[in-house]
Amino acid sequence: MKNLICIVCPRGCRLAVDEENGCAVSGNQCQRGAEYGKNEILNPVRTLTTTVRIESKIMKLCPVRTEKPIPKAKMFDAVKALNAISLKAPVQTGDVAFENILSTGVNVIVTRDISE
Amino acid sequence: MKRGLVIIGGGPAGLAAAIKASESGADDILIIERDKSLGGILNQCIHNGFGLHRFKEELSGPEYAGRFIKMLESTSVSVMTDTMVLDVTGDKKVVCVSAEHGYMEIEAGAIVLAMGCRERTRGAIGIPGDRPSGVFTAGTAQRYLNLEGYMCGRRVVILGSGDIGLIMARRMSLEGAKVLACVEVMPYSGGLMRNIVQCLEDFDIPLYLSHTVTDVVSENGRVSRITVQKVDDKRMPIKGTEMHFDCDTLLLSVGLIPENELTKAAGIEIDPRTNGAIVSENMETSIPGVFASGNVVHVHDLVDYVSMESERAGQAAAEYLKNPSEVSCALEIKNGASVTYTVPKRIKNTEKPVGVFFRVNRIFEKSAIRVTAGDEILVSYPRAHMAPGEMEKITLTSETLKKAQRKSIVISCEEAN
Amino acid sequence: MFDVAIIGCGITGAATAFMLSKYKLNLVVLEKENDIALGATRANSAIIHAGYDPKPGTMMARLNVRGCELAETLSKDLDVSYIKNGSLVLAFSEKEMETVKELYDRGVKNGVPGQKILSKEEVLEMEPHVSSAVIGALYAPSAGIINPWEYALAFAETAVLNGCEIRLNSGVTGIEKADFGYRLHTEEGYVDAKFVVNSAGVDSAAVHEMVAPKAFTIKPSRGDYYLMDKAEGNKAKCVLFQCPSEAGKGVLVSPTVHGNLIVGPNAVSCTDAHRVNTTQEGLAFVKQMAAKSVPDINYRNAIRNFAGMRANTDRDDFIIGMAQDQFLDLAGIKSPGLTSAPAIGEEAVKILSENGLTLIPKENPVTTRKTLRFKHLSGEEKARLVKENPLYGRVICRCETITEGEIVQAIHSPVPPVSIDGVKRRAGSGMGRCQGGFCGPRVLEILARETGKPPLSIMKDKEGSYILTEEIKKEAKS
Repeated sequence: MKNLICIVCPRGCRLAVDEENGCAVSGNQCQRGAEYGKNEILNPVRTLTTTVRIESKIMKLCPVRTEKPIPKAKMFDAVKALNAISLKAPVQTGDVAFENILSTGVNVIVTRDISE
Repeated sequence: MKRGLVIIGGGPAGLAAAIKASESGADDILIIERDKSLGGILNQCIHNGFGLHRFKEELSGPEYAGRFIKMLESTSVSVMTDTMVLDVTGDKKVVCVSAEHGYMEIEAGAIVLAMGCRERTRGAIGIPGDRPSGVFTAGTAQRYLNLEGYMCGRRVVILGSGDIGLIMARRMSLEGAKVLACVEVMPYSGGLMRNIVQCLEDFDIPLYLSHTVTDVVSENGRVSRITVQKVDDKRMPIKGTEMHFDCDTLLLSVGLIPENELTKAAGIEIDPRTNGAIVSENMETSIPGVFASGNVVHVHDLVDYVSMESERAGQAAAEYLKNPSEVSCALEIKNGASVTYTVPKRIKNTEKPVGVFFRVNRIFEKSAIRVTAGDEILVSYPRAHMAPGEMEKITLTSETLKKAQRKSIVISCEEAN
Repeated sequence: MFDVAIIGCGITGAATAFMLSKYKLNLVVLEKENDIALGATRANSAIIHAGYDPKPGTMMARLNVRGCELAETLSKDLDVSYIKNGSLVLAFSEKEMETVKELYDRGVKNGVPGQKILSKEEVLEMEPHVSSAVIGALYAPSAGIINPWEYALAFAETAVLNGCEIRLNSGVTGIEKADFGYRLHTEEGYVDAKFVVNSAGVDSAAVHEMVAPKAFTIKPSRGDYYLMDKAEGNKAKCVLFQCPSEAGKGVLVSPTVHGNLIVGPNAVSCTDAHRVNTTQEGLAFVKQMAAKSVPDINYRNAIRNFAGMRANTDRDDFIIGMAQDQFLDLAGIKSPGLTSAPAIGEEAVKILSENGLTLIPKENPVTTRKTLRFKHLSGEEKARLVKENPLYGRVICRCETITEGEIVQAIHSPVPPVSIDGVKRRAGSGMGRCQGGFCGPRVLEILARETGKPPLSIMKDKEGSYILTEEIKKEAKS
């Protein structure tokens, strides 16, 4: 039995995951918590939020995030890859800044409109 | 210059208030924002976790702000950015200045105060030692890193386990800094549990509960060493428990204070518990027609609730503009056992349900929130877990409010039997 | 070749430079730090003492009373924040009441004007927050409060406008006697001068020993202070002293010229005169002692704590006199040094002249100074100013309402600041309750822009106190 705190939402449910029993989750208040509990044992993932350079009159950096969570172990390498790129204004929230980061199948998207 | 509704602050509170006021029929709405763009502190909060309640999605700070900015664009609300409000008077005059528009005195029909909050500093908590560079509030470091593109430290100790500090532990780690420890004077964390997990545990950063920083040593003008000590029940350092960290930076995440200089200048009544204005359920302050919402009233941990609360303020301001009348307080909410504060503090209209935010002063496991009037328990809400770092919310129905045959009700918390 | 070289630009050096700058002289001030007034001048009680404390007949007594008198006109002429709010020495026992009477008598001998001994009722009526355990007090209406670094800056800036040169980062490392006077070796080359003034504060003994045998010892004494938010500023109207006793001089509670409240100091003798750290014990002592005078100070409203270093010596009096031919010591300038500074400056001029320095007054020396403070202007004046220069319409420091115009003006002032704290001391940005949390990054940006320096090179305070460690994502390519 492994005790975890669910990080899916700010509620912070205290989960118990039964590793012996197909990673059955208890203590969760929603289905997403059950998924999180199982994943956290089998393949922990996180949403990465960071910044990338942008050529813009008003901003030096553009905030970005992975569209979906990526494997926790790849966070540092993903930041490294993103540190090497630079965008060009204008960009809009939701624009893809980096496709398929580290072959995870997940895109990195812009999270702020930068108009010029 | 005369304006209908003047909203001071274009962060999440001001944006939500403006949009709701506009939807509720107010025209001639003006947002005054001191920064160059709307969005407030959300612009530097590039992490995710915003909007789960509001949009049922997990957004980053700029995305959350962006949604409101988009909504604002479809209204007739006008915005003045890069403009600082210098004074608000009791008769609703707003004095402000900007490089573009010059010095202005605006007579407002109604006002929403939405100035947000600021961080407690080293001086406020009295950390002794040298006074070198390298001691930053977490929010200042966040601005340097996320907006200006500069790191302000390589080896970091964080004092306080507030959310901004935790978020910065992760952020600085990802950008290459070594975060040595997070130190919290209380026996529990001040931030959300999810942040302890994904910002500290993920990066193997130890969290020292019941510890504090007792000395700052510098070398050549910059932090070089931090001393951390365990504290006793009275939060006094215990001799012999000293730990030393060689580091160049001390980040402080030791609490936020509502920014109420303008509120006080206007002569508005302040709740000493929150350091924010005392408000009724429509977010009206002690001056009729002046409303307040968001972190300027009390510090929230979720922006979703800031928006919700600010919509109440925006709607009430619009109603006030249509019918500027003074409604007296029907019911007062008092802090009972283990309740630090409540917002609102006063209820004017008992015909509608009233949402009440409050905080507890210690950790509760299986417990109950009780609302009482005299000896009578009006209603009770079970809770599996409560903590000071996590704001509680209950909704009092009109039936409950009417049951209270008194001028005041008390909210308290206790362990469930 | 300079006529006079002054070593150290604290309040003493600055005041001396100012006084000398009214004469036709070639002057230089050598300061080891990257800004002036970074020693005892920037961290002290900020009091203009009336002068009942020093022993009658001493130099200290005479210069204190004269300095107190000069503060009133100089602060007006040089636009320095100063309030003549008077002081009270509080007595809590009959024994302390006797001390109060002794101080009164000393004050009379020293020529302190307008002193009065107050009853308990009179004290409590004047100061409602003072503990009701008080039984009486000595009131000295000529005492006041001042902004100490602004006072030093006012002297230094005016001296510069009169042609005096101030060299920063120029600590004196050695002094050679020469036939013309002295050759002073500094970190930045050497300086030749006919006369030398030693106003090097805690380093004045070391500088003295570069030209003369050891004559005195500096015994540095550190004191911790609390600075409180303006919300506490009304807890004292006058400067509230406690009676000096065997146990020490007591702790004072006083408003500051900015409307804050200052509480402190303790006194700890130290070996390292350059480490000015506060300690848990020191701060706890200050709190405990201050509670005797004003019990209801709310320390949750503290915005800062700091420590100051007094250049105490093994002598009771100031050490003012010729150490060698053409070499004047202004050393051991402990409390009431801030008050005495302009009088010490006058004294220095007199002694130098008696020892061969030729003084020819300038026809029109600069003797006034005016600093623009946006928040003190009327609405109309503000409107006009912003129209003339839109930079005054951009508020950078929210807590203290300091505009970009004032910051730019400070950056280009006669003694230009090179650090965030240097800007703070001139413009007042970052002085408020958020302590530069919001405006720090913006001041850094403006300072970098106006001086053409990279942001990474901007210091918070002294050399070495860097703020930013690196720029991120520099390797990024589109």
